[in-house]
Amino acid sequence: MGTWLKNMANGIVRANPTFILLLGLCPTLAVSTSIDNAFGMTASVLFVLLAANVIVSALRRWIPNRVRIPTFIVVIATLVTIVDLALKAFVPPLSKSLGMYVPLIVVNCIILGRAEAFASKNTVWQSIADAIGMSIGFGAAIVLVSFFRQVLGSGSLDVFNVRLFSVPGLADNPASIFLLPMGAFFVLGVLLAFFRWMGVSDCE
Amino acid sequence: MTVSELIAIFFGMALVNNMVLSKFLGLCPFFGVSKKLSSAFSMGIAVVLVMLVASAVTWPLFHYLLVPYGFEFMRTVIFILVIASLVQIIEMTIKRTNMTLYNALGIYLPLITTNCAVLGITFINIDQQYGFLQALVAALGAGAGFTLVLLIMSGIRERLDLADIPRVFRGAPIAFIVAGLLGLAFLAFGGMVG
Repeated sequence: MGTWLKNMANGIVRANPTFILLLGLCPTLAVSTSIDNAFGMTASVLFVLLAANVIVSALRRWIPNRVRIPTFIVVIATLVTIVDLALKAFVPPLSKSLGMYVPLIVVNCIILGRAEAFASKNTVWQSIADAIGMSIGFGAAIVLVSFFRQVLGSGSLDVFNVRLFSVPGLADNPASIFLLPMGAFFVLGVLLAFFRWMGVSDCE
Repeated sequence: MTVSELIAIFFGMALVNNMVLSKFLGLCPFFGVSKKLSSAFSMGIAVVLVMLVASAVTWPLFHYLLVPYGFEFMRTVIFILVIASLVQIIEMTIKRTNMTLYNALGIYLPLITTNCAVLGITFINIDQQYGFLQALVAALGAGAGFTLVLLIMSGIRERLDLADIPRVFRGAPIAFIVAGLLGLAFLAFGGMVG
């Protein structure tokens, strides 16, 4: 159980996929315009990563080494198709606002990276820990980025149609540049520098 | 379909809806390979090549094989497999025919399989309901736009190496800020294509 928790915690801080490894940036930047989108993307990634890690680690003895990458890709692509269709059927508005970034989870380097670096070498049980930790790390990052973008860009914070707070002054004149694509780059750049300043990650 | 329409698609994909700056696709190579001008150019050319071939293959595959049999939902699986095999084939062909080109592009080609910009453009071609020629022009425009920002970015980063940047901002953080400013500059192209 000790190593299980260690493997899980690894993905949250020390090997955070977004802030430390700089992996899977496309969805982090693209769908972080609102917290709702961020949660939707996190849930999708959690499902795909968890299922992919379980399948890959369970089959690791039978997957020939030479064709392992194509095998991983087929497994991941199938899982992503399931998520894409499920979102379309059960939460159409979310599916619409995530758009093509749901099928693009296939090429999210975090998932293929974990299949190759962790799940293909470890037991199913440990791979579950890895998937949960990595997803929490990814989710925390994307929620953090979308928090700043939504608050600065619209002056208020709405989560699932419930208004949590609005910033006086900013709500009337929101800095809407943060909702535009370039706002994502600014927020992520400053957050990365902040984590280095805090000593969470190393400087170059 | 007129020539001016094709030109509009090309510039729309290259400048207005730039892959990197407005769609956030292909960020890994954008930050990974933009440290030197020469490698940025090779990477850009490799991406243009793969995007063109991928669009030329996936478009007919989708419209003449998946649609008639009602298999549209399989497109994610099919497209990624097609792109992965295409990249392999292109790599082997270049290796056999042109060793100079292979030495320049070789190490970048395998990376392109997981470049979301390539998979992204094949999805965009389908979602925008482009015809075959339009899809090819869109792929060319997207690739050209990707190469353009990659070149600009690597030029800026070569100069940034000499700049006195606060320690915590060195490397990745400043690269993100620069990308943001670049995106701001590219906003000016917004009114160009309707």
